[in-house]
Amino acid sequence: MAVRKDKERGVMVSLDWVTIVIYIALLGLGWMSVCGASYDFDQGGNFFDFSTRSGMQIVWIGTSFLLAMVILSIDERLYDMFSYLLYIAFLLLLLATPFLAHNIKGSMSWIKIGSFSIQPAEFAKFATALCVAKYMSRTDFNIQRWWDFLVACLLIVMPMGLIVLQRETGSALVYSAFFLMLYREGMPGSILFAGLSAVVYFVVGVRFDADPFWGISAISLGRALVFLLVLLFTVGMMRVYTKAWAPVLKVFGYGMTMTLAALLFSKYVIPFDVTWVQLGVCIGMIVYLFVLAMRERYARYAYISLFAVGSLALYFSSDMMLDRLAEHQQTRIRVLLGMEDDPRGAGYNVIQAKIAIGSGGLKGKGFLNGTQTKLKYVPEQDTDFIFCTVGEEEGFLGCAIVLTLFLLLILRLIHLAERQPFAFGRIYGYCVMSVFLFHVFINVGMVLGLTPVIGIPLPFFSYGGSSLWGFTILLFIFLRMDASRNRFVHNK
Amino acid sequence: MESDRQYSNRKYVLGAVAVVIVIVYLIRLFTLQLMSDDFKRNADSNAFLKRIQYPARGAMRDRTGKLLVYNQPAYDIMVVMSEAADVDTLDLCESLGIDRGWFDRRMVEIKDRNRNPGYSSYTQQLFMSQLSAEEFSSFQEKLFRFPGFYIQKRNIRQYAYDNAAHILGDVGEVGPSDIEADDYYQSGDYIGKLGVERSYERQLRGEKGVEILLRDARGRIKGSYQEGKFDRAPVPGKNLTLSIDLELQQLGERLMKGKLGSIVAIEPKTGEVLCMVSSPTYDPRIMVGRQRGKNNQILSADPMKPLLNRAIMGQYPPGSTFKTSQALTFLEEGIITPQTAYSCSHGFHFGRLTVGCHGHPSPLPLVPAIGTSCNGYFCWGLYYMFNNRKKYASVQEAMTTWKDYMVSMGFGYQLGIDLPGEKRGMIPNAQYYDKYLRSWNALTVISISIGQGEVNLTPLQIANLGATIANRGYYITPHVVKEVQGEPLDTLYTRKHYTRVSKPNYETVVEGMRRAVTGGTCSSANNPWYEVCGKTGTAQNRGHDHSVFMGFAPKDDPQIAVAVYVENGGWGATYGVPIGALIMEKFINGHLSPESEAKAESFENRTIFYGGTER
Repeated sequence: MAVRKDKERGVMVSLDWVTIVIYIALLGLGWMSVCGASYDFDQGGNFFDFSTRSGMQIVWIGTSFLLAMVILSIDERLYDMFSYLLYIAFLLLLLATPFLAHNIKGSMSWIKIGSFSIQPAEFAKFATALCVAKYMSRTDFNIQRWWDFLVACLLIVMPMGLIVLQRETGSALVYSAFFLMLYREGMPGSILFAGLSAVVYFVVGVRFDADPFWGISAISLGRALVFLLVLLFTVGMMRVYTKAWAPVLKVFGYGMTMTLAALLFSKYVIPFDVTWVQLGVCIGMIVYLFVLAMRERYARYAYISLFAVGSLALYFSSDMMLDRLAEHQQTRIRVLLGMEDDPRGAGYNVIQAKIAIGSGGLKGKGFLNGTQTKLKYVPEQDTDFIFCTVGEEEGFLGCAIVLTLFLLLILRLIHLAERQPFAFGRIYGYCVMSVFLFHVFINVGMVLGLTPVIGIPLPFFSYGGSSLWGFTILLFIFLRMDASRNRFVHNK
Repeated sequence: MESDRQYSNRKYVLGAVAVVIVIVYLIRLFTLQLMSDDFKRNADSNAFLKRIQYPARGAMRDRTGKLLVYNQPAYDIMVVMSEAADVDTLDLCESLGIDRGWFDRRMVEIKDRNRNPGYSSYTQQLFMSQLSAEEFSSFQEKLFRFPGFYIQKRNIRQYAYDNAAHILGDVGEVGPSDIEADDYYQSGDYIGKLGVERSYERQLRGEKGVEILLRDARGRIKGSYQEGKFDRAPVPGKNLTLSIDLELQQLGERLMKGKLGSIVAIEPKTGEVLCMVSSPTYDPRIMVGRQRGKNNQILSADPMKPLLNRAIMGQYPPGSTFKTSQALTFLEEGIITPQTAYSCSHGFHFGRLTVGCHGHPSPLPLVPAIGTSCNGYFCWGLYYMFNNRKKYASVQEAMTTWKDYMVSMGFGYQLGIDLPGEKRGMIPNAQYYDKYLRSWNALTVISISIGQGEVNLTPLQIANLGATIANRGYYITPHVVKEVQGEPLDTLYTRKHYTRVSKPNYETVVEGMRRAVTGGTCSSANNPWYEVCGKTGTAQNRGHDHSVFMGFAPKDDPQIAVAVYVENGGWGATYGVPIGALIMEKFINGHLSPESEAKAESFENRTIFYGGTER
């Protein structure tokens, strides 16, 4: 009995209070922001009235504390034990959700229980994280093996797909954050690089498609730039992943010379579409790499060649992809890329959000004095666009404090993850950190007009029980694991 | 375990990613929040509906308390461009009785920042001004159909009488230059354009108030901002009491009908202008409201220049009325004494130079010389003054002394009346002649002594000469506003300006002017009720002579000094004297005798033909 008591005390003592302080600080600031965002100038407001959002948020915060305490009192080994079961349960729940849900603004992700609605997608994150951690912490798991890597990816992609079916693309995209964890666990950096390249091709290709290159109207600037990037990225990969210099110089030299020659000819002699020459250069480069791979019997050339093929394929399909997207998503992408100016339509949210934040100045307008947010110029001002309230009422200083707190949280989570004695804890920890980083990156970036408008909440700030509970569970399971890290060390 | 640890350096990459993201966002926040005020202004124009509350413009009364200018409510239609995008244009045009072309043009005009520097698509812009009460009520019923259109009540000017247009002036919409000069004004505001409306703009306009309302994203009003802490109530404009006597003004305008010229009457003791007639005049009531622009154009195009206030803008040779100022100068300089007599044989003869005069006994001392308006006397006076080398080293020095006397009497510079556009007239100085003549002497410039030649005065300056003589040596700057509500009069209009001439010399000249009435050129102004002093003038010019009169009454307790200038009216006695006499009689007696009334009627109907030439 005495032993057990010591163990209990041990959890509270070895609990990472730094994270908890940050958590409580963010919740406090978040609640203030919800008060500010839902305050009505006409009616004034009692923030503790449970019929208002600020009052309800207190309920969510209170229940989150309870939830946190419950989680801390559960033996962390249970999570390890039941992680597959939890994962399967949540997959089933996600599968069932579209059938149980009622439509809220086109989203089929909310299940109504009594007078409350919950969003299973918010809770599936921790189950997925546990499951992936469990799978990847197997002793025979090796991320370098294609099969193991694929299974890990599959575990991540399955809930993602199910959430897309609920028409919650934003929540689904959050799962791509797990690739940061995979990177930490040894996934080749080239995969992240390839993913990043894909985004760059897409953005450059779409953004500059209609612009002429160097004043030559026959050439699409976007296309020319993409082909140039394919050449440069491929050459760069050759340099990084193979030790031989000669092929790098050969490909780069020939490629650039031909492109330049064609460009000068087009500019000063007969204007023609140089991108065909560039395409030829790229294809020549691919063939050359393939031949190299065959001749030298060096698979990396083949992979780099594949990268170039993939790059071209992705570019040619990007237009098709854009067409496949729903109309409002297409518009959002075009507005984000600065191709369309639509202050009353898709750009409205972002413009009003920028106005709200920009009007805050250094110190902000003061608590409850924000006009932009309270007069409903900013839509979703207490959920996805809550950061506007911080910007308007607390100013640059308030924003800096909030962002710094988030940064501290993320760095702290990296630190905690790294000190886990076992892969399971570390992987789970990186999942948690990745999710927070992704949410902050996308949510704040969207409000600042830097990332696409993807409707995901700002952790601890956005109004709503599901997301708050979801983040609390995600975080406190990890804190519980961390609190008992020493036990295993002692046992050894 | 080993293989897991080999990637542990990647924690730095991930940490760096997080740090970079936060730094980029902080930079972005810095540029958004601290680098520009645009967002702040944008947010304010989003959220704050500044409803301007126009103060009532001050009213004007005449010196007897008759209301001359007041306000009447009118309704302006305002538009907020950012909200007015979906308006049914056809319906709107029909409701307002305007055509589509006008609507389109007006919308372009509003958005043109050159013409409308204060344009913002988020604030109310003037669309159409001054709807009458009936037009307003029918439009108001339909207002809900036109989002972005608002009605703004304001006051428009009303003039109770068709008199004193030049004094009262008018108000009109501010132009771009007004807005630039004073940021109090916004496009669509009104500003005094002429007359007292312009010179007392600051006192009359009051201070605009503002009510700051909160407006949500759908344009709904969500109450006032911070319980009206930042609201400002409008401060009404100040009422003015003019020194003008309406009845006197009306009489003056009657008498000047069909003639070009001016009447100015001043109360000598105070410098208050009792009447200021400029003929032809116009009805100030046509310069109100939407027809102002059109009527202003018609008046501007009129060759008789009715918009010109001849009383202060007309610069005329004063003719013989100027001789009084010469007599004063010569006396003060000791060139003559009251007993000095000069001969005049039908004029001033010197070598081949002759300045003609009419028949009268010769030689004459000063008082009868003024009474008969002897040209010879004043030519000799100037001659002896300018050739007095004991007193003045050169003719230039004599000229400068002479000029200083003239300036001390209010000539050659603006008097500073509280009306816009006053001209300074012309008093030549030595430098002037040095510049334009190879050599000159007293004879060259002799005609300035009889108010001809280079000398030009405004009728106001002539009247002010009368007032100065009436005061025996000083004047108070003439002004048309007697009282500004709750504000003392500018000391400019209470301070006495003494001339360089002493009082006894004035008494001599007063005697001369009295002689002109009792037995000289102004005898028709003589009456049994009070002693009139006067001086005629017959100013030569290219056409028919101008008829001029300057006088005051009663002699020993002057209540009124008057100047009459009738262009091409002939002898001073023909128009100047009788008109001046009627004005004095009306003011001093309060009414005209039956004979005078008959005389007034005959003058009212006398028209001078001026031809159609540009004047």
